[in-house]
Amino acid sequence: MFALYVGVAVAILLIVLNIVLSKISFPKEGRILAIIIVLVGYIYWGFEPFAHHEMHPHVEEASFAFDGKQDVAALEHEGKDATETKAFWASVLKTAEHKGDAVAGKTLFTANCTACHSMKSEGFAELMSDADAAASYGVTPPDLSLAGKIYDRNFLIAFIANPVKAMHIEHKYSAGGEKVFPMPASDSLQPQEIVSIVAYMVEAASKVPAPKVKEGASEFEISKAANKEVFETACGRCHAMGYAGIQARTPADAMSKYIGATPPDLSQYIRSRGDHYLHNFINDPQRKLHGTGMPRVGLNEKAQEQVVEYMTQVGDSKKDEREALGPKVLIYLAILALFSFLWKRKIWKDLH
Amino acid sequence: MAEFEKANSIGEWFDQRLNVKAFTKVMMTEYWIPKNINFLWAMGALLVMLFKLLLITGIFLLMYYKPDVNLAFDSVNYTIMQEVGYGWLFRNIHGVGASVVFLIIYIHMFTAIYYGSYKKGREMIWLSGMLLFVLFSAEGFSGYMLPWGQMSYWAAYVITEIFGGIPFIGDELVVWIRGNFYVADATLTRFFMLHVLLIPIAIIGAIAFHFYTLRFPHVNNEEGEFFDYHAESKKYLAGDKAHSKVIAFWPDFLSKDIMVIALFMVFFFYLVFYNNGFAMDPVNFDKADSMKTPAHIYPEWYFLWSYEVLRGFFFEIGGISGKDLGLMAFGFAQGIFLVLPWLDRSPMVKPANQRPVFKYWFWLLMADLFVLTIFGKLPPTGINAWVGFFSSITFLGLFISLPFLSKIEAKMAGGK
Amino acid sequence: MINESRRGFMGKAFGAVAAVGAVASLVAMKKSWDPLPSVMAAGFTTVDMSKLTDNKLEIVKWQGKPIFLLRFGADMPPVEKRSVKVGQHYYAVMIGLCTHLGCIPAYRDTTKDFKCACHGGEFTAAGVQKFGPPPIPLHIPPFSIKDENTIVLGESGPEYQSLIASLSTDTNIA
Repeated sequence: MFALYVGVAVAILLIVLNIVLSKISFPKEGRILAIIIVLVGYIYWGFEPFAHHEMHPHVEEASFAFDGKQDVAALEHEGKDATETKAFWASVLKTAEHKGDAVAGKTLFTANCTACHSMKSEGFAELMSDADAAASYGVTPPDLSLAGKIYDRNFLIAFIANPVKAMHIEHKYSAGGEKVFPMPASDSLQPQEIVSIVAYMVEAASKVPAPKVKEGASEFEISKAANKEVFETACGRCHAMGYAGIQARTPADAMSKYIGATPPDLSQYIRSRGDHYLHNFINDPQRKLHGTGMPRVGLNEKAQEQVVEYMTQVGDSKKDEREALGPKVLIYLAILALFSFLWKRKIWKDLH
Repeated sequence: MAEFEKANSIGEWFDQRLNVKAFTKVMMTEYWIPKNINFLWAMGALLVMLFKLLLITGIFLLMYYKPDVNLAFDSVNYTIMQEVGYGWLFRNIHGVGASVVFLIIYIHMFTAIYYGSYKKGREMIWLSGMLLFVLFSAEGFSGYMLPWGQMSYWAAYVITEIFGGIPFIGDELVVWIRGNFYVADATLTRFFMLHVLLIPIAIIGAIAFHFYTLRFPHVNNEEGEFFDYHAESKKYLAGDKAHSKVIAFWPDFLSKDIMVIALFMVFFFYLVFYNNGFAMDPVNFDKADSMKTPAHIYPEWYFLWSYEVLRGFFFEIGGISGKDLGLMAFGFAQGIFLVLPWLDRSPMVKPANQRPVFKYWFWLLMADLFVLTIFGKLPPTGINAWVGFFSSITFLGLFISLPFLSKIEAKMAGGK
Repeated sequence: MINESRRGFMGKAFGAVAAVGAVASLVAMKKSWDPLPSVMAAGFTTVDMSKLTDNKLEIVKWQGKPIFLLRFGADMPPVEKRSVKVGQHYYAVMIGLCTHLGCIPAYRDTTKDFKCACHGGEFTAAGVQKFGPPPIPLHIPPFSIKDENTIVLGESGPEYQSLIASLSTDTNIA
């Protein structure tokens, strides 16, 4: 209905505009042009911004606090009991107040994590191939070399304590449900131990050198290589990126068994979803697409920006060229239009 | 064969063989256009320009495009958009051009309706123009399928499904058009042929014919005035250009057309570079998947009004199902503009605002088409469905009442 | 005079012969757009029903369309004129395209119904519309029952024909 009210307003505007312009004896062609611009503007507003607004309801913007507030709000909005979730995040925030010890963390990491996870940068190698790992766990476990750099600290703490809650996928792995998430919640670890493991991961990640690029690489190539590394860790276990030659580390059939569908190839997602949607979606998939199999991965703001930038660099690789060429073409056309005006004026001088 | 004398210049050489001088006179310098016109009369030349842009960019896209369900999507979105030098530019121009050409077609068409340029000897201009509209629609629809994205697929699916509503032969017809039980490779390759060969040839022929139809009845003018072209052109040729009511096609008329085109190109290329989402729907950057429908299916903006007429009837009336009623209304909407010259029975050839009854009809039609277009994209639920229903009824009512309204207007004018 | 009318006749005769050729070539052109034999042959899909479990939707592809196969559990009474009995169990066998605008509805095993995400239409487990814009129930594809575990989609068997016959007497479920 809103579109109709705007339509009525546009009609009134046009009538007033027409009267005012004819009162001040504005040139007739200018009046016609003004009417057409208003009408075309109205119809464009109607089938583009307005229609999109109607079809894709607004959701809250991405938040990188990872304090569980949005999860609680979502549950309360649905009228569900949020006490458990509230308590969980309160304990996470309390744990986060502890100061971690990276040296102790390394010992704990070796004892608790390396049975399943690799951390190649620190010499913890993969124990089996991607396909075998997928067969035994359901999905290939992530290498944790970069984990301390790209995932939020609060998120990592929450994740070690309770992966399902941290990733916001309780709808898939309900307590006592049929499906069990491959990584168990660590009931035995003390808060101090959890933050120490995280401290170790942060320290290890800080020592990972920037990815190698060939001699004389452009700024674009250097940033693309750095972004690619983040993308592969954060997304590449499940998603392919065909246009960059990236295959998902978990084989497609294992993936489809694990999550119920084959995750899409992300090559063109920057075009089909747009960066605003992607930022909101990656931050917490449930918010945009309720019930989706994709977990919240807990990327911090910088890492998420790198992921989206990488999707742009692969999916819309000519963006820079387009933006550089645009002004030049428009300036040229403006000059062309000026000359066409001068020529027309010369020819029409005799006609009046 | 007559004896040819030796030519003294290259111009004379061609003139002997092709009669260039006389031809130029007939087609350009002594082809008379009324002087009392505004920039809306430049829309025809602008359409020619846009068609040329589409043709040229289309040729370049054709060199890398692969009409195959397994290859089409990547040949567009990877090869053309990311690898071919300036491939992205050609595609953006082609995509935005295809959308903008309809904006100009509609302005051109409603200029004709507003000034009554379809009456009193100008019927063939109108008919050939509507033929071009139909051909451009077919060209737009077939081209939209080629990138083989989700919208390509589902628009093709929904539109070909419409033919299933035709009595008796519907189901077989749909399979025949698709060449398969669903939209598949055979569908893509045949629509590819239509898009790059048959329809463009037909469009070029129809454009030539449309120009030809202007020749004898002459172009209309801002006041719908009929005057003696012979006398006015004599004045012009005698040098009294200022007092003649005509101007020459070249250079007078075209110099203004070219100025309008040049100004429009600034806006057009702004869209090409910075705002092309309206013409290249984001959903179409997901590859076609016959097992997964997008959340919302809608046609490109220029088909929304007739799509909304199709959807407008969503309940049974008098024992006829909503689907069949919608299909009938859709058929009506497709055909009714064609016979406009015979629906308007008022002899007045004047701008709509000088016609006592027609002006209300015209602006009501405009308003209704705007409502149909905007609601044609929204999900047809709740109040939207009823807005669609009433605006569809209004559309039908407007055209059914036009013969009577224009007859009343003719009486009011009192045979003047 | 004789010459004139003879010329007129010969002109018409030429026109008639040319028209025969034109119509014949139109037939050839029409045929070239018919579905190819390979396409026609691929119009059948054999389904092994033993893989299905109660209240869990299976989707198979038949002629490019999603076909819903749902085995009814003991707590789900069969629906007259729509349920198909294969071996010991009752099944829903339906084309999984919403009869409103052709979207694919999703099955909710908790509420035992289908919900279409496009415009909110809902269908019962047997495919009868119960809410929203869909005008008629989900269509039933032609099928034939081969043995107690196998059906072939695309073949019109006696069970399908009796089902369709009973449907056509009831205009509400077409």
